[in-house]
Amino acid sequence: MKMKKLLSLAMATAMVAGLACVPASAEGENKLTVWCWDPAFNIYAMEQAAEIYKADHPDFELEVVETPWADVQTKLTTAATSGDLSTLPDIFLMQDNAFQKNQISFPDVFADLTDSGIDFSKFGAAKVAYSVIDGKNYGVPFDNGAVVAAYRTDILEEAGFTLDDFTDITWSEYLEKGSVVLEKTGKPLLSMQAGESDLIMMMLQSAGASCFDEEGKPAMTDNPVLVEVMNTYAELVKAGVLVEVNSWDEYIGTMANDVVAGTINGCWILASIQSVPDQSGKWGITNMPALDNVEGATNYSNNGGSSWAVTTNCANPDLAFDFLKNTFAGSVELYETILPSSGALATYLPAGESEVYAEPQEFFGGDAIFAKITEYAGKVPSNNTGVYYYEARDAVAVAITNIVAGSDIETELQTAQDTISFAMGM
Amino acid sequence: MNASKKKKMSLSRKHNLTGWGFLAPAAILILIMSFVPMVKALLLSFQTGIGANMKPAGLLNYQRMFQDKVFMTALKNNFFYLIIQVPIMLVLALILASMLNNKDLKFKGLFRTCIFLPCATSLVSYAIVFRTLFAMDGFVNMALMKLHIIEKGINWLANPGTAKAVIIIALIWRWTGYNMVFYLSGLQNIDYSVYEAARIDGASPVQSFWKITVPLLKPTILLTTIMSTNGTLQLFDESVNLTNGGPSNATITMSHYIYNMSFKYTPNFGYAAAMSYLILILVAVLALVQMKVGDKRE
Repeated sequence: MKMKKLLSLAMATAMVAGLACVPASAEGENKLTVWCWDPAFNIYAMEQAAEIYKADHPDFELEVVETPWADVQTKLTTAATSGDLSTLPDIFLMQDNAFQKNQISFPDVFADLTDSGIDFSKFGAAKVAYSVIDGKNYGVPFDNGAVVAAYRTDILEEAGFTLDDFTDITWSEYLEKGSVVLEKTGKPLLSMQAGESDLIMMMLQSAGASCFDEEGKPAMTDNPVLVEVMNTYAELVKAGVLVEVNSWDEYIGTMANDVVAGTINGCWILASIQSVPDQSGKWGITNMPALDNVEGATNYSNNGGSSWAVTTNCANPDLAFDFLKNTFAGSVELYETILPSSGALATYLPAGESEVYAEPQEFFGGDAIFAKITEYAGKVPSNNTGVYYYEARDAVAVAITNIVAGSDIETELQTAQDTISFAMGM
Repeated sequence: MNASKKKKMSLSRKHNLTGWGFLAPAAILILIMSFVPMVKALLLSFQTGIGANMKPAGLLNYQRMFQDKVFMTALKNNFFYLIIQVPIMLVLALILASMLNNKDLKFKGLFRTCIFLPCATSLVSYAIVFRTLFAMDGFVNMALMKLHIIEKGINWLANPGTAKAVIIIALIWRWTGYNMVFYLSGLQNIDYSVYEAARIDGASPVQSFWKITVPLLKPTILLTTIMSTNGTLQLFDESVNLTNGGPSNATITMSHYIYNMSFKYTPNFGYAAAMSYLILILVAVLALVQMKVGDKRE
């Protein structure tokens, strides 16, 4: 009887203990806890960084907690709104597009890295800009989202083109040549997910433009670049050079199943392209088309990517700063280690000069694609993503869906402008 | 005498205390986990601001949502689903239940299980399965083309009308069996001799369905209507996973928009909480109306 009572008491205690939060931050002086999400990519990179740092600091310990991006966002939101930051790790990875939004929403969470000794000038300027708020640095850039245009060289050849015909071109040339490819091979050049505005955002940034002006006010109307982008997109769909699909799986499927002759996306898409061994040697990489009739149009843009942030819950910020400074912001060796097996491309510019980056890649016709992409990354114009980036993305996606269905560009952009102005007017 | 009275009182008190003792753990948990957050959310709905920077706003959020075009679209979508899907589903469930209630039917258990089985699937996975079925190169297009009903594949999820239809079809598939189980159990309370008597009097199966089954099942029908209304107004998984609210917000639901407002967009929890309270008010009002209309006992 007494035994049973004890047992039930023990169980009740266990339950209560289970409900209580266990702080994720490390207690030890030489230990750091990190949240990131991809075992083959950023977790692997973090673990390699720890190995490199351990060489000089034998007592150093690092614990990576695998946390999907959606969970990082939810946990961060929960911790910050409840005011109890003790559940946060020392360092976490943050999507670049969500950086401004989170820093401004939860300013207490992010440690200021401006005077941490990290040299931010060694990263691509456009990349660093994602994590700069009010002139202060809050993130150490990690992976690269430089845009690449990947083409099936075998299909282009069938239509009488080479990769050079698609290098340094404009969208009107792309449309013209794409129509020829479509006519001769029956394959569109490009597929995109309907209801997402990735391509639109890439086009905007390629000319240094965005949905917001310098002061962060919505600028969807009186934005000639955006009108040009919308026009270009609608024309591509109308001509059949761009096909829209409904989900991410379908989008990947169009490439894997030889439905399309190419794609344009952040360079992380190369991992998905390489998942089909049969297509080895049939792909080629070049830069994306530039916008017509737009001042400051380039062939370079960015889509996606992430940066490391240090939390204010970190018990030993100097250790965290020093760790990042000597690894992600200072070790070419680290980037040389992680590149071949994970394809984790650096935004750390000195790494681009490494020999590993110059090695030819069999899958992409023997081209040294990593050096190429690092070069592209350095040329990406910076733009203002704004705090309301995700709202703008959705508003633009609604507009383009209606424009493709036949609605008037001016009306739709006005609606988008109203939607964003409304969202910001809280 | 006095002593025995005292003893009696303490006994009933003891019983009371035991009762409360058993109730207390659950009651306290519900209070802390459910009611405290509800009150907090209500207080939150009178504040506004980005993320952690909240300031009092009075009734601003409640005024704001009626000017919010996306939220109004979502509200209309919810009511569209409610008006089209709930009646179809409940009628289907009722028909299936009365068919399965037939005494002479063989393999009853098998049929019941088959119809109830969709309810055991996870909301996310069934939504993704439906998305795959209705993809451009999905099963539905392939089947229709093979049967020569259509010539070219239909892009179901890219068209506002068909996308809504797909969601409704998915909902019917998922929830009909669930409601059928309630009707089946309700039917157990109707004595089979009532049907036999009706048959002797010359009533057709359709007549006995409308004159016996429906009136006697009224409390169960009321219950399922309220539950379905509640469920439809809080619809979330289908909108997120099947259509992602698209094309151009044609299928987005209120809960989906509230989620976006909290976790996808720049978070404004005050506004999100206010929108949640609107759903609560809508559900309460609709349930009240249904109870007044449906329950004629008084």
